[in-house]
Amino acid sequence: MSGATNWSAIGMFAIFVAFTLGITAWAARRTKTRADFYAAGGGVSGFKNGLAIAGDYMSAASFLGISSQIFGFGYDGLIYSIGFLVGWPVILFLMAERLRNLGKYTFADVASFRFAQTPVRCFAAVSTLAVVLFYLIAQMVGAGQLIQLLFGLQYLHAVVIVGVLMTLYVLFGGMIATTWVQIIKAVLLLGCATFLALAVLYQFGFSPEALFARAVEVKADIAVANGKAAAEGLKIMGPGTFLTDPVSAISLGIALMFGTAGLPHILMRFFTVPDARQARISVLWATGWIGYFYILTFIIGFGAIVLVGTNPAWVDAAGALRSGNMAAIHLAEAIGGNLFLGFVSAVAFATILAVVAGLTLSGASAVSHDLYATVVRKGQAKSREELRVSRWTVVVLAVVAIALGVAFQKVNVAFMVGLAFAIAASGNFPVLILSLFWKGCTTRGVVAGGTAGVLLAVVLTVLSKSIWVDILGHPTPIFPYIYPAIFSMPVAFLTIWIVSLLDRGPRAAVDKAGYLHQRVRSETGIGAEGASSH
Amino acid sequence: MAEPQADDAGRYDEVLADPRYQRLVKRRGRFTWALTAVMLAAYYGYILLIAFDKAVLARPIGGGVTSIGIPVGVGIILLAIVLTGLYVRRANREYDPLVRALKEGTPE
Repeated sequence: MSGATNWSAIGMFAIFVAFTLGITAWAARRTKTRADFYAAGGGVSGFKNGLAIAGDYMSAASFLGISSQIFGFGYDGLIYSIGFLVGWPVILFLMAERLRNLGKYTFADVASFRFAQTPVRCFAAVSTLAVVLFYLIAQMVGAGQLIQLLFGLQYLHAVVIVGVLMTLYVLFGGMIATTWVQIIKAVLLLGCATFLALAVLYQFGFSPEALFARAVEVKADIAVANGKAAAEGLKIMGPGTFLTDPVSAISLGIALMFGTAGLPHILMRFFTVPDARQARISVLWATGWIGYFYILTFIIGFGAIVLVGTNPAWVDAAGALRSGNMAAIHLAEAIGGNLFLGFVSAVAFATILAVVAGLTLSGASAVSHDLYATVVRKGQAKSREELRVSRWTVVVLAVVAIALGVAFQKVNVAFMVGLAFAIAASGNFPVLILSLFWKGCTTRGVVAGGTAGVLLAVVLTVLSKSIWVDILGHPTPIFPYIYPAIFSMPVAFLTIWIVSLLDRGPRAAVDKAGYLHQRVRSETGIGAEGASSH
Repeated sequence: MAEPQADDAGRYDEVLADPRYQRLVKRRGRFTWALTAVMLAAYYGYILLIAFDKAVLARPIGGGVTSIGIPVGVGIILLAIVLTGLYVRRANREYDPLVRALKEGTPE
């Protein structure tokens, strides 16, 4: 379905684009070396990086998706939000500072630190590209549908606009422009969500109880109108139906928590700060902003039940949204009229742009830094060559993203974000944790275990309901659960452990011997001081 | 590139022999694994509760409709922020000076 052309939304989005392209032009003049391109020269402060991380993480899918989930199911939406948040403290305690102390541009710098470069970098590049592509497809399809609805543009035009703008940001402005786009978008999104939540609470005298009570009434009325008991309305105040299966519930929890700690575009952000102290401060800010955002989303979702769920223009007789997952957008219109609707729509568009830019940069650096500079050129590539490869990869990724966005237009791609998290939790996370903390870990161990985790996550997802039944049309799924991580992550850890133990090759001795020095550098940052400048 | 430089290797051996480094690693290790355990226990306790006994969280508080699940859920979000804050404070005050002393190689 396509909405009417919304000129106020298009106008405000045009202002955002003009402003961010201005920033890109400014950033382009400062992007001279690969350190500038991949890591903004390592000069981003903890506060700014925290906002940028929050920006990377608060995608349009999480804003619209979670608020619509709360609109539909109430409390269940909060369970999702919490899963997305609790990975952050773990990243801080176990990884953030160590990443900064050991790495330069990509998480593979850290994962391969004491191992044979070629096999570990190849694994890391493949898993990075897999995460980036699945995430990108989900974002592109979401962008096309969202923009079609909000701006009245055609799906194809929307996908092409997103692809072209993200290419411009990353190609010319590299990490500096990507970071600033992310910061601006994070501030806009947080401002927008704060205003919406305050406006909702204002209507209920700032009493959450009054808001919840009214939402329960609305849900009860809908239940009665559909021939069910009024007590159904109270269901939104507790955990509901869609996590009925304990295995799937825990599996989702694992994917969300540990997947966050393995997302390459998020891990890359730790190389943009000057030192371990700023890395740690950035996680504190990011956790604070993201937590605050999820609390706002909860209020917004309940506000939508009351203000959107009672309007027959937006919901059908069963109380479901006609637009799918636009609860927050309708709420914006209900509260602030057409102008505010335009503003929120523009922010949602900006959000998608910023997230795809971050993803693309991360995919491009896996190809240019891990594959080209390290595997092909054995570390002898000049900064200029590496930049050229990176920029060409950006163009290729953009074309691929646009093509896949078009190809998957009619497919329900919601599972792809889950798959990206599952791959990150089952491949990158176990590899990073064991290479950082276990002396006995070897090259063969991480490559075998990481590969096993990634493959199992993909295979189980293909055999699960979301692909085997919903897309391939088979009557029953072969894998009975929705999320694979509860199996694929332990398999990865176990495989790394067993293969490393059995590994008696000459390289294994080198791998183990490197541990103590790696540990000193990861704990103290000695030897890492100049890492960002050359 | 990722291989440590030869001159770094010498410094790493010195640091490894320094009792302050051993102290740093031990203290920070204990604190971070404890914080991690608290976060994991809180989150997986919550998920297991949802998986096996949903009614507990759905029970209303007092006479209203607000359920126990709401303060519990918001509490876990706040716990995550507080734990990160605790670590950052301890690291800024205690670990950073230790690391600085190690880097400068000043005698104890």
